[in-house]
Amino acid sequence: MSDTTADVPTAVPAVLVEGVDKVFDTKKGTVTALEQIDLTVAPGEFVSLIGPSGCGKSTLLRLIADLDTPTTGSLTVFGKTARQARIDQEYGIAFQQAGLLPWRDVSANIELPLELHGVGKAARAARSAELLALVGLSDFADSYPDQLSGGMQQRVAIARSLAESPRLLLMDEPFGALDEMTRERMQTELVRITAETGAAVVFVTHSIPEAVYLSNRVVVMSPRPGRIRDITTVSLGSAAERTEQLREDEAFFENVSIVRELLHGETPVGIRGVENR
Amino acid sequence: MTASPARLPRRRGNPVAGRVLLGAAGVVLLVVIWELYKALGPASGVVIGDLTVLPRTTDIAMPHVWDMIATLFEPASGGRKGDPVWLVVAQAAAFTLGVAAVGWIVGVVVGMLLAVLMQRFRTAESAVLPWIILSQTVPLIAIAPLVRRWGSQISVGDFSWENWMSVAVIASYLAFFPVSIGALRGLNSPDANHVELFRSYGAGWWRTLVTLRLPASVPYLLPALRLAAANAVIGTVVAEVSIGLKGGIGRMILEYAQQASSDPARTWAPIFGAIAVGLVAAGFIALLGVLLRRYRRGEVPA
Ligand SMILES: Nc1ncnc2c1ncn2[C@@H]1O[C@H](COP(=O)(O)OP(=O)(O)OP(=O)(O)O)[C@@H](O)[C@H]1O
Ligand SMILES: [Mg+2]
Repeated sequence: MSDTTADVPTAVPAVLVEGVDKVFDTKKGTVTALEQIDLTVAPGEFVSLIGPSGCGKSTLLRLIADLDTPTTGSLTVFGKTARQARIDQEYGIAFQQAGLLPWRDVSANIELPLELHGVGKAARAARSAELLALVGLSDFADSYPDQLSGGMQQRVAIARSLAESPRLLLMDEPFGALDEMTRERMQTELVRITAETGAAVVFVTHSIPEAVYLSNRVVVMSPRPGRIRDITTVSLGSAAERTEQLREDEAFFENVSIVRELLHGETPVGIRGVENR
Repeated sequence: MTASPARLPRRRGNPVAGRVLLGAAGVVLLVVIWELYKALGPASGVVIGDLTVLPRTTDIAMPHVWDMIATLFEPASGGRKGDPVWLVVAQAAAFTLGVAAVGWIVGVVVGMLLAVLMQRFRTAESAVLPWIILSQTVPLIAIAPLVRRWGSQISVGDFSWENWMSVAVIASYLAFFPVSIGALRGLNSPDANHVELFRSYGAGWWRTLVTLRLPASVPYLLPALRLAAANAVIGTVVAEVSIGLKGGIGRMILEYAQQASSDPARTWAPIFGAIAVGLVAAGFIALLGVLLRRYRRGEVPA
């Protein structure tokens, strides 16, 4: 279960974005949110999108999820149109807000997508029990969202996004609202979960260490108009090797520096060592 | 968004008993004030200039509370011989409650349908909403004869329009308004996050309505239903008078008021009946709120 890295050229890419522009028509004129985006995500690959606020990360994610459509360019998910992929439930999605339904208990929330797609009661219950164990919330199956902490709610939302065993996970700052401690624990859990499920992930974040810790590749974006500035491959080994110790590792800091250079400077002029913010 | 766990339990348990006690204390206080003023106030009432600020304290204007209660157990003049007043009043109240309930149900159904229509089609909202609001500015006295006249022209086969139906229609006319407004707000209350989640699941409009929008609308719907119930009761009592429907509390208030000079305390009997109808209606909505409490978890205590 460690073959989560890319480089499987024969397989159909999980996400293929080619020459995508997204222009919003607003009352004050047009806003070019994305310009000339090209991106390929291989099956099982973990790709993070990072960049300053307003550079179009969420917009790109929403295009992949078919919650919005590109103005020009083409976009396929597992070789299908984004729309078909959405209808076929090829992806699971999680947002910054957990977005649980307050009137459903934890297991009913996890079972929501299954219920909407006509999965039988017994199968649903079995699946939600499985997922609850995966995210470590088995004792809270009957709790309601308002009885859970923010981190627990987010774990439920992640379990829900995994309910239909999607081959692709789309996550928009899912840990954005969490404190640093919880955040790091959730990151470790997410690495483990994606390794176990073999799902590809497109992960939007504002945190450089988070992107580096989680990803096989980090996509650095720049704003106005939203463009891909650079893509860097993080070589920190397989999921099994990405333990808590990794955060103290020299290689980890090097990668953090590379991404930071990419974010701040035009082009990285070699690594200037570990800087402090 | 994380709610304090103390919020929910606070609604249950001992506080209920406490609120019942408080309510009873309020009634007792009212009785005490009434009798105190009757005993101590001037017989001609308190008048400032030409304006009567407080009523006369004569037995005709303000009968003793115990007289009001005693008269409930005297035989009633109308109806079957020997039936005490309270029974006649109770029968009239039940009749009024039944008509109001029919009006309430019709009003809720119509209000919900309008809200769903307005939620589904933006154009419907801008086309229908102004009319819904305008409809409530037409005075009840104006529509009562109209409804009666139109109703009398309906007769299909064995079915013929009856006066109580006109009253129910008027009650529903007052009841549908808060429901349509409250339900529309409720149906539109889910945030973009939830709506997009359902879109990502490929759920159609109907599934989204049933699984997301309707449950989310409950906190908005319950106050609307309570208002609709109060409107239906008031509408029924007033319409009974203006349409001239016999058997209900509305007519009884009129009839007893005409006998006020001979038995002033008796005037109050049908008024108690009307209050009882309102209490039963409010109790029913409270029960509904308890049954739907699962959908009120996000609710901020009012
Ligand atoms: N529905 C919309 N209508 C008009 N403009 C929009 C819309 N959605 C996004 N934009 C614009 O597109 C640009 C990119 O927005 P987007 O939400 O994708 O940024 P982001 O990278 O996710 O930012 P953040 O990190 O703050 O979440 C912004 O300039 C925003 O104003
Ligand atoms: Mg965003």
